[in-house]
Amino acid sequence: MTCTEFLALLDDLIDDAVTAETRAELQQHLGRCGHCEVILNTTRKTIEIYRSHEIYDLPAGLRERLHAAIMARCKKGC
Amino acid sequence: MSTIQPIAGELEPHPDVALVDRVRAGDVSAYDTLVRKYDRQIFRIAQHITQNREDAEDVMQDAFLKAYQKLGQFQGNSKFYTWLVRIAVNESLMRLRKRRTGKMVSIDEDVETEEGSVPRDLADWAPDPEQNYKQAELAEILRKTIQGLPQGFRIVFVLRDVEGLSTEETAETLGLSIPAVKSRLLRARLQLRERLSRYFRRKKVPGEARNEK
Repeated sequence: MTCTEFLALLDDLIDDAVTAETRAELQQHLGRCGHCEVILNTTRKTIEIYRSHEIYDLPAGLRERLHAAIMARCKKGC
Repeated sequence: MSTIQPIAGELEPHPDVALVDRVRAGDVSAYDTLVRKYDRQIFRIAQHITQNREDAEDVMQDAFLKAYQKLGQFQGNSKFYTWLVRIAVNESLMRLRKRRTGKMVSIDEDVETEEGSVPRDLADWAPDPEQNYKQAELAEILRKTIQGLPQGFRIVFVLRDVEGLSTEETAETLGLSIPAVKSRLLRARLQLRERLSRYFRRKKVPGEARNEK
């Protein structure tokens, strides 16, 4: 397996959507390619960081204000 | 005797279905529950697309009001949440069009770029690299980095990886084919990785041998 072939399957590997056979081939490539290992690990980390950090917080005060506005209009039939 | 367990999500109806039914029967308080359940996600998606806080506030209100008005059209063959996200994405794009008058705004924008399709920064990252930054600093780095992605990549990444929609749901929500979602997701992930490497790579690389292909 080449690095290009590995990269084409990177998302499927991350999303756990590969067959056992393909996974074994990917693991074999990883065993001898430090670059692809770095790409896999840092791409996983990228997703994890975005998933676990709130970058657009909805402050409680604003949330309540928007919520009240929405519900007031719904009660009036919008 | 073992009993046959229903598979969650297949045999048991989604809890939102009961709430939607109650709203349809005239119970407005059930809608209150739905709004509270999804307001943060809708606000976040709107912020990611419009990149403007006031617009995101308007989108959030408009999306929930529109969903309430159109609830009769909700078929129940998709999840309420993905149906709501579709409304919020459309409202966000409309808001952008209004702001950038005369300029076409669509999720097909700027997707021809080749950037990120071939990784260039191959340096490993520091362990737990986010811990080298204060919370506010890190949030700023993450915001700046994702804002630099082409719109069509950013929306796919946000829906798929941040909000946890499946590939199929993302495709349905955005009106894209599954291969298009997959291709954008890969490039979005790789571009973000490349850009974050500037901040997260190990500060000094000891003289390790380059591990070539």
